[in-house]
Parts: sequence; C-alpha cells; structure tokens
Amino acid sequence: MNSRSEETRKSKILAALEDQDTSVSVDDPLENSMVLNMGPQHPATHGVLRLLVKLDGETVIAAVPELGYLHRGYEKLAENMTYHEFIPHTDRLDYLSPISNNVAFAMAVEKLAGVELPPRAQYIRVLCCEMARIASHLVATGSMAMDVGALTVLLWTFREREKILDVYDVLCGARFTTSYTRIGGMSTDWTPQCTTMLEAFLAEFDKDVTEIEQLLRTNRIFIDRCEGVGYLSRDQIVGLGLTGPVLRAAGVPRDLRRDNPYLVYNDLDFNVVTATESDALARFYVRIAEMRESAKILRQALEKLPAGPFRADEPKRVLPEKGRTYTKMEELIYDFMLINIGVDPPVGEVYSAIESSKGELGFYIVSDGTGQPWRMKIRSPSMTNLQALPYMVKGGMISDIVAIIGSLDPVMGEADK
Amino acid sequence: MTNDEIVAALKAAHPDSVVQVTDFRGDLAVTVRKSDIVKVATSVRDIPSLAFDLVIDVLGVDFNRPGDRFEVVYILYSTTHKRHLRLKVAVEEEHPAVPSVTSVWPGANWHERETFDMFGIRFEGHPDMRRLYMPEEFEYYPLRKDFPLLGIPDSLPLPRR
Repeated sequence: MNSRSEETRKSKILAALEDQDTSVSVDDPLENSMVLNMGPQHPATHGVLRLLVKLDGETVIAAVPELGYLHRGYEKLAENMTYHEFIPHTDRLDYLSPISNNVAFAMAVEKLAGVELPPRAQYIRVLCCEMARIASHLVATGSMAMDVGALTVLLWTFREREKILDVYDVLCGARFTTSYTRIGGMSTDWTPQCTTMLEAFLAEFDKDVTEIEQLLRTNRIFIDRCEGVGYLSRDQIVGLGLTGPVLRAAGVPRDLRRDNPYLVYNDLDFNVVTATESDALARFYVRIAEMRESAKILRQALEKLPAGPFRADEPKRVLPEKGRTYTKMEELIYDFMLINIGVDPPVGEVYSAIESSKGELGFYIVSDGTGQPWRMKIRSPSMTNLQALPYMVKGGMISDIVAIIGSLDPVMGEADK
Repeated sequence: MTNDEIVAALKAAHPDSVVQVTDFRGDLAVTVRKSDIVKVATSVRDIPSLAFDLVIDVLGVDFNRPGDRFEVVYILYSTTHKRHLRLKVAVEEEHPAVPSVTSVWPGANWHERETFDMFGIRFEGHPDMRRLYMPEEFEYYPLRKDFPLLGIPDSLPLPRR
C-alpha cells in the first residue's frame, strides 16, 4: 500500500514535469542515443542560448540551436523612433562592447545623411572601438578559459576590463550602457583625464596579457581541451559566412579595418592576425594577439589625436552643444527640430559595417526621407557565427561543446536582437 | 574592381536577369529577376572576376505598396576583391516566395529563416524552413508594416498548465 502510494506520487510528479518543453521524442531503432536539452539557462551557453543535443554515449550526433529567448524586436522598434532615439538601444545589442555598436550605428546614419566627421571625432571613435575590442576579447578569452576549467584567468581578465570601463565612466558617464555617439559626433569630448587613464592602462597591458597567456600557454589541461576541438575547414567557414576572429583563425586575413578602411584606420599601423589551425585554441590565440594589436592602435591614436571640434559643423544634421541651446535662438530651433523630427536623410538605402570584436557588425538602413528609418536591419556577427555551432560540435564529445561555444564567443543580446 | 565592371560582368553572364542597377553613396545594388536568383547567385560566386564567396546577410523589406510589396536583399562580400555587393529581388504580396540560395551559400540558412519569421516570405528549397526567433505557434509576421508595434493581445501562446 505504502509503496504503491509512493509510486502514484512519483508518477504524478513525473506527469507534472512532462510537458512539451521538457520531453522530446526521438526515433531511434537502436535506442542507444539520448537527447539533452542544454540551456536556455546554462552558465556555459553565454546567455540564453538553447541547444538540443543528440548523444550517443558522450559523442554528439547532432545539435540544434534554438534562438529567440532574448528577442526584443529592435528592428521593429527602430522603425518607430528617430535615429537618435535608437542609439541607447544599440548598447543592448553586443553588451560586451557597447561603445563600438554606438559607433557602427552612427556611422551608418552618417553615411546615409552624408555627414563628414572632423578628424578628432574619427580618432576618438577609433579609440572607442579599440577599447571595446580589448574589453570584449578579455571577456571572451577569460570566459572560454573558465568554461574549460581555468577560473583564475577570468578573474585576471575582468580585473583588466575594469580599467577600460573606468575610462568609459570618465568619458561618457556610464560604464556599461554608454550611448556615447551622436549623429555627426560624440556626446562629450575626449578629456586629458581619459588620456592619462588609458596611458596608465596601456603601460601595464602588454605585461598583463603576457601573464594571462602564460597561465594557459603550457597548461596541459587547457591545451588538451581546446586543441583540434571545433575544427571546420576554411571552405566550410567561408561558406557559412563567418566573420571576425573565427574566420581569421581559419586562415582568411579578412579585416574590414584593413580591407575597407573606415574612420582613420588607414593612417594607423597594425597587423591582421591570422592562424591556420581553425580550432578553438587557434581562435583563443587570435584573440590574444588581436588585443596586443589593439593596444598598438590605441597608443598610436593617442599620440596622433588632433585638436579641433569633436562634432561635424552641420547645424541641420548634428545636435548643437547643449550650453548654446540655452542662450542662442538658432541653436535652440535646430535642437528642437532634431529632437522632435530627427535627422532628415535623403531617400535611399545604405549598408555600413565595421569590424567589431565578434566580426562584421553592419546596419542596413532603408530611408523614406523622414526622420525615422523605414527599415533597419542589424547584421549581427554573433548570430551568423552561431550558425556554425552544429557543424563544429558534430562528432565531438559533449564536454567539447562548452569550449566551442566559448571559442565562438556569441553574445545573445546581439544574436537575438 | 569598380561598380561598372561588376555590372558589366553580371550583364555579360545574364543579360536578361538584371532588372535595375542603383548606386547610392557608392553602394552598388543590382535588382535581378526573382526566378533567376539562384542562377545569378551561382555565377556571382563562381565567376573569378566577381567571386562573392561570403554571404553577409539576407533580409526582407516591406514597402507596403501594391504589386511587389516585399523585397529580399542579399548582402555579399568577396574575400578576393575585398568589397560588398547587394543583390535584390522583388517579391509579390500574394504567396510571397523566393528560391532559396542555401545551395549556393550554406550560410544563408539562418538569414532566410529569419526573413521567413519576420515577413512570411517562404524560401523554396530551403532545408529547414522554420521560424528562427518567434515560437512556432505564432501566427503573425512581426516586421510587416501591418503588424502593430504593441503586438496583438493573446497572439503568443502561454505554456500549458
């Protein structure tokens, strides 16, 4: 009697647990494979990525990623607000490098509206993009090492990242949701204090990166878990449309900063880092080397940073300095018009992309001549890079999945838009 | 490789397929006939003077106009010639469908799924034509202009009790 009631109780619990979200039926005549539901709440999936994995023992037979758990409909929202109003939303795309998203979006709108930036503004934007790349790669390398068991690295990389966030703080008043750019310029000017802080950071940075690298360079566990894991051939990677460090780790030296130079990257000296192994370890080392190159760019940009205005001199397109709107009639009118009606770009379609830390981050804008975009498409590198995940994990071990996700470095805010 | 050379190479390969060529702010966009898109895509990838091997994005646009209401835009990149190109096809409102280019670039897979999810444009010959972001049970296409910004009440099914 007792055992029977126990049985009923158990089956009731099972029935309650079993619903369409937790049970998966698989046709398998040999009955030796199982389906594992990884995520959407899983620490190693870097956000709300859900992965359905079909296993034979510990070997992955197939994997199906499910997206959309962080879908906030930014493309729909963008159609219903002015270009300026959308800038804070770009922070929430790739939330590990918000400031480079701001730059990418502002550049797309400027290309559409035909606004030319003064040199100082372009240099400030380069500084922002490279700081964002270092901050993002620090998190990527740290969390990838943590996912395969090396926790210390994460603490060390976060310590370095804090210093960059402190520069953001002085620069624009926010450490994380920066919303720094405006159409045709920046919200605030680069200050000498930012230079001092960044120089202090750069003076230590190469040593710190070497320390971080040394923790793992000869670490047998780390190398065993990453070497040869997540391999895809060069043709497969190109065919899947992957960009960024993943593509460069497969031996394709594609970097928009070099190939289609934007801002002032033409005047700066840096190398495009590539590797040929195309596995998780190669991607890790490409990111480490790219951080050093970014530090090199930062030093040059700080040295070359010209004086001058940090906003374009186009009153009808670019917001005036705030102080002047309180005392000058003309500026007040333009401020009012720009805030209420928005930048009036011509009718047309543009696509503008930058090399963000994850790959090609692009904005495709269809304008109908009003202050709001008719259609705005966000081309997010994380979403495209995730497409390769099923191909990479196939045939590997289940524990390799976390290393592969870490090496792809997806940010779900960007992948789900 | 200039914009004119690309247009000339495309027109030489497919004289009847090119409908319209636009050049705005240096961005080249070539509108091609919808039925020829797979043919054009294959030659755009394979002709050595073009060699657009990387599919950057496939997206939809809803112009909310009579006739060809939608447009599907293919953003491509050539790692050899280091430049972008846009191909476009017009899609009608009744039963919108476009031949899939996943056979040419496997990377178009998720982009086409996203376009289907947001606009209801079907891609014929796609290996896995499911929604990407919205739940399978969702009946509407959110990025169409007739879908309200605030959403439709009760359109998202809640989990069963």
